[in-house]
Amino acid sequence: MVGSRHELAGPPAAPVDLNGTGHYVHWGVVQISVANLVVIALMVLVFVLALLLPFPHGRKRG
Amino acid sequence: MSGTAPAPEHGWTAALRRRLVAALPPEKLLPDTQPAYMASWVYVFGVLTVSSLVVVLVSGGLLALKGPAWWHVSSVGKYVNSLHLWSVELFMFVLVLHLWAKFFMAAWRGRRALTWVTGAIAFLTSIGTAFSGYLVQQNFDSQWISDQAKDGMNAVGIGAFWNVLDFGQMLMWHIVLFPLGLCLLSGWHVLLVRMRGIVPPIDALTPGPDRAPSGQEGRA
Repeated sequence: MVGSRHELAGPPAAPVDLNGTGHYVHWGVVQISVANLVVIALMVLVFVLALLLPFPHGRKRG
Repeated sequence: MSGTAPAPEHGWTAALRRRLVAALPPEKLLPDTQPAYMASWVYVFGVLTVSSLVVVLVSGGLLALKGPAWWHVSSVGKYVNSLHLWSVELFMFVLVLHLWAKFFMAAWRGRRALTWVTGAIAFLTSIGTAFSGYLVQQNFDSQWISDQAKDGMNAVGIGAFWNVLDFGQMLMWHIVLFPLGLCLLSGWHVLLVRMRGIVPPIDALTPGPDRAPSGQEGRA
């Protein structure tokens, strides 16, 4: 929720300008916001890493 | 103390207890070991989903306790409000990864169809919970979303019952009915995982009556 600022010290600036219009990727019939595209790319990356990265093994039980 | 055997237990409570203990003995309900094939990061997404859901519920509970005058204005309230948002973002992120992992594992194998189905319905319930959450932000964003959603609800014929422009109705759905349904479904889903055990990799030979090699399992 975006509320009105009541404090003198505002929140730290976002890494991207959130006050302008959104950024979109247009590719034929596909139209998707850059933000959503980044999240989907991150999900694919994390999924692939989960498959490839070795899992730490605990102590072997006797 | 007499040496006679104890009388057999009668009644529906005893029968229900016997059934529950048979289906979920303590070592299955709270296991301290897992099969070797669970040693993969892919198996972590399920518990991450449950963990983030706990943060969603606790932060949402705090918001409900303190009210909008708190979460809109005070710095702590804004923080908890943001915590609620970002825990939902994380929940959806890891939930979809969990879904991908289970889909590619064909995790409905080995009489686990009901586990898959309860997970799928819980996923749909979580989407409804999130969407109704959009509608109760009390800002222009929620006003816009509710206007758009109203057309959709009317188009499928449920606009009269499911009135997305009714803030009170949407708030109740968001903080009572949807979370209740989601918790019940998630609890059932986790108990089913405990009953059947985690799904083995495809073609893995594992011991146990319900963990036969891929393609030879009993029907769910």
